[in-house]
Amino acid sequence: MATLELDLAEEAVSAPVRKGRRFGMLFWAAIGWIVLVCALAIFAGVLPIPDPTAMDMLERRAPYSWEHWLGTDGLGRDEVSRLIYGARISLVVGLCAPMIGLTVGGALGMLAGYFRGRFETLTVGGTDVLLAFPPLILVLAIIAFLGQSIFNLTCILGVLGIPAFMRVARATTLTLSRREFVIAAQALGASHSRILLRELLPNVILPLFAFFLLGVAVTIVVEGSLSFLGLGVPPPISSWGSMIGEGRESLEVAPRLAFLPAVAMFLTVLAFNLVGDTLRAITDPRQGAL
Amino acid sequence: MAFFLARRLLYLLPVLLAVSLLTFLIASLLPGDLAYTILGDQATPENLAALRRDMGLDQPIWWRYFGWLGNALQGDLGRSFRTGQTVLQAVTERLPVSLELMLLAQIGALAIGVPLAIACAVRSGSAFDRFMTGSAFAMLSVPTFLSAILLIYLFAVELGWLPATGYVPFAEDPLANLRFMVLPALTLALAEWPGIMRILRSDMIATLQEDYIAMARAKGLKASRILFVHALKPSSLTLITITGINIGRLIGGALIVETIFALPGIGRLLVSAILTRDLIILQGVVLLVGCGFVIMNFIVDMLYAVLDPRIRHGHA
Amino acid sequence: MTDRVLLSIENVAVDLPTPRGNLRAVDGVDLKLNAGRTLGIVGESGCGKTMLSRAVLQLLPKKAMLSGRVMFDGKDLVTLDRERLRKLRGRSLAVVFQDPMTSLNPVLTIGTQLIETLQEHLELDMAAAKRRSVELLAAVGIPAPEQRLTQYPHQLSGGMRQRVAIAIALSCEPELLIADEPTTALDVTIQAQILDLLAREQRRRHMAMIIITHDLGVVAGRTDEVAVMYAGRVVERAPTQALFKKMRMPYTEALLAAIPKIDTAPHTVLPAISGRPPDPTRPLKGCSFAPRCRYALAGCHVEKPALTAAETPAHQFACFYPIGTEARVPA
Repeated sequence: MATLELDLAEEAVSAPVRKGRRFGMLFWAAIGWIVLVCALAIFAGVLPIPDPTAMDMLERRAPYSWEHWLGTDGLGRDEVSRLIYGARISLVVGLCAPMIGLTVGGALGMLAGYFRGRFETLTVGGTDVLLAFPPLILVLAIIAFLGQSIFNLTCILGVLGIPAFMRVARATTLTLSRREFVIAAQALGASHSRILLRELLPNVILPLFAFFLLGVAVTIVVEGSLSFLGLGVPPPISSWGSMIGEGRESLEVAPRLAFLPAVAMFLTVLAFNLVGDTLRAITDPRQGAL
Repeated sequence: MAFFLARRLLYLLPVLLAVSLLTFLIASLLPGDLAYTILGDQATPENLAALRRDMGLDQPIWWRYFGWLGNALQGDLGRSFRTGQTVLQAVTERLPVSLELMLLAQIGALAIGVPLAIACAVRSGSAFDRFMTGSAFAMLSVPTFLSAILLIYLFAVELGWLPATGYVPFAEDPLANLRFMVLPALTLALAEWPGIMRILRSDMIATLQEDYIAMARAKGLKASRILFVHALKPSSLTLITITGINIGRLIGGALIVETIFALPGIGRLLVSAILTRDLIILQGVVLLVGCGFVIMNFIVDMLYAVLDPRIRHGHA
Repeated sequence: MTDRVLLSIENVAVDLPTPRGNLRAVDGVDLKLNAGRTLGIVGESGCGKTMLSRAVLQLLPKKAMLSGRVMFDGKDLVTLDRERLRKLRGRSLAVVFQDPMTSLNPVLTIGTQLIETLQEHLELDMAAAKRRSVELLAAVGIPAPEQRLTQYPHQLSGGMRQRVAIAIALSCEPELLIADEPTTALDVTIQAQILDLLAREQRRRHMAMIIITHDLGVVAGRTDEVAVMYAGRVVERAPTQALFKKMRMPYTEALLAAIPKIDTAPHTVLPAISGRPPDPTRPLKGCSFAPRCRYALAGCHVEKPALTAAETPAHQFACFYPIGTEARVPA
């Protein structure tokens, strides 16, 4: 056995393993968590849980009990039901905003990557300006003028996601456009719309979807940050972010009020990141077979 | 090099102009009338019209833009109608706090990320490497405000070692200043190191397979010299790039951290301007932060050129 | 010339684990090199010659498994501790790699890369190390050596870079220099210059040298001894003169025939070696070259010939039916 003075990495022999690897336990656990959170959020109304806004001033910051599984918050509201209703807000914003980015950004990116020319210069230049601002600052500035509401928040986060989706769609389209099957379709006289929709879209949509999942994770974080600062969803509604913000006030007496939504948020963000990252590694056309 | 610089500078101008235009449009086109906000309860139609005339709000939008831009170029970004402070005063007063925070955070992130990246690259595939890459991935899913709360809970509430909020200027009492800065800077550093570590690690793994590393080993150099000079120096460009990409995130993170830890920085100025609807301050700060961000990115680009001998000598 | 054995490779084997199974890159090689002598190791790509050189330098990939002994100056490099190995490398045991485009660090100046070696092993102060660096660069034929110290590798041509690499290798007056395909990556016009430079410096410094190449023409006038490798084994070994006068192994003959000669008539088809080297993860039972050998008989596919000496003890080959013997029957 050769003893080397430096255990330097020399993996020349075993480079590409990632693609063939099975998804693994973590991936399926992440999927399971996402499904669970989504199901709870969707069926929150029919679940046998107390009203998240029902206050019980005698039961303020009650500990875990049979009646309140995770206790109650500073106003005596049931923590389980607040977490589940909070998931609704986080998921609605987290899923809808990247959807805007996915459709608009994806379409612009595909058109820019396929037609090139002036249209590409214009879209790339336009997104460059959006990217010239630190994203959170821009969100705050716009929301300050538009006013706080779930709808506004979703729209702003969606629009700000467009440049990133556009870049991914454009890069993927550029790579794919040089492949044989596109050139063959062009040679056969297929129309632009047919090539875009039938040949390119099915191939672009997968990397975009992987990126969408990562976008969901980022959006949940941004929404959480804004709500935490009191600049996100307006007060009567509470998302995980605003729950953590409220819990922070009672960090000394009841840290769980901050940490329960924090754990829920962390797990959800982690799950989306994990699934998104795994899918991205598989669908990256630059790593795919030529 | 001079040519490279000139071309970059030429590109900087339109971007800065676009930043100012976008800032102005956000403030002018979106609903939320400035005059209405200022007058509040005392808003009568006559009052509003008079104030609009005084502030020039009745003029065409492009005219107002050029007027505003002209003033901005002369350093006049307006004055808060709440505190009477000019935007420039407010910003210069708070800028050092934000800069110190971001600088400390970046140093902290590098201090955590770089050694871990090297250790993982050297033992790539080992249990240690897998554990650290896994931790870094998990850390990427922890929002800044979460780690802030966790750190406050741990070090301020439970252990009582460090203050949770507050600030003393560095010039007044450097030690007290650093005490107040530790937790905020650490919070930001915790958000930044995973990115640094992940990218630097894969970069180093590639570098360590290069012929010149085999050559350096064949020359009988010490392991430390091979790692820190021969392997890390080519990656310094990557480090600069990561830093550049992260500036935007860092500014956003600083805003959150300043608010949580009650540091009187730019981010807190912005948040309080939003909460009090101090639109002049808001507009001015957004413009300055946007321009600052663009210029910082420009500086990173320049640093890149200075560090890479291939670009410096025009072999790009 | 002394008769002191400087390097002795004893039954060295290198195994590389691959997804397709174990790859035996070097298969039981024995070689000896006396101080001040030159040895050429010749073979086609993939025959294990580079792995053998990496085994001598202890620069094998992390996953590679090495068995056997590499005795250098009385010390077994395989079992030597890291620190003493490090003190030997660059000091007594130097190497020139194949591609000067990748073997010099792109972000360090030529001066830094020369001086760090000198300071590591010779304990020179900065001024002395600089002076010596300039001398070295001048010795390997680099014009304006003072200016080169502050330049980066990309500012030099390929030939110049290889000269720098040679200067670095020579810097501590090594006892053994291993040149691993030193001219393969260079322009044809530069190749002879670099080889002559190596030969000249070898004689001047009385150091031992191993030249690894796929080109028998490279070793012809420049080495004392030649070892021909095929599929991880040494198949013929002889003093250079003797080998070219009377080669015994069909593979050596085929290698030499594959070199284009200046006096061949135009449009002659080069007698390329047909077929491909055997799959090193699927070792053959008989002689590895048998499937491609013009003279192979049934017995060649069953049993592996050992490396044995014939008329002179210096000339060894591994073949049952060597060229020039009665036993040979052309197929």
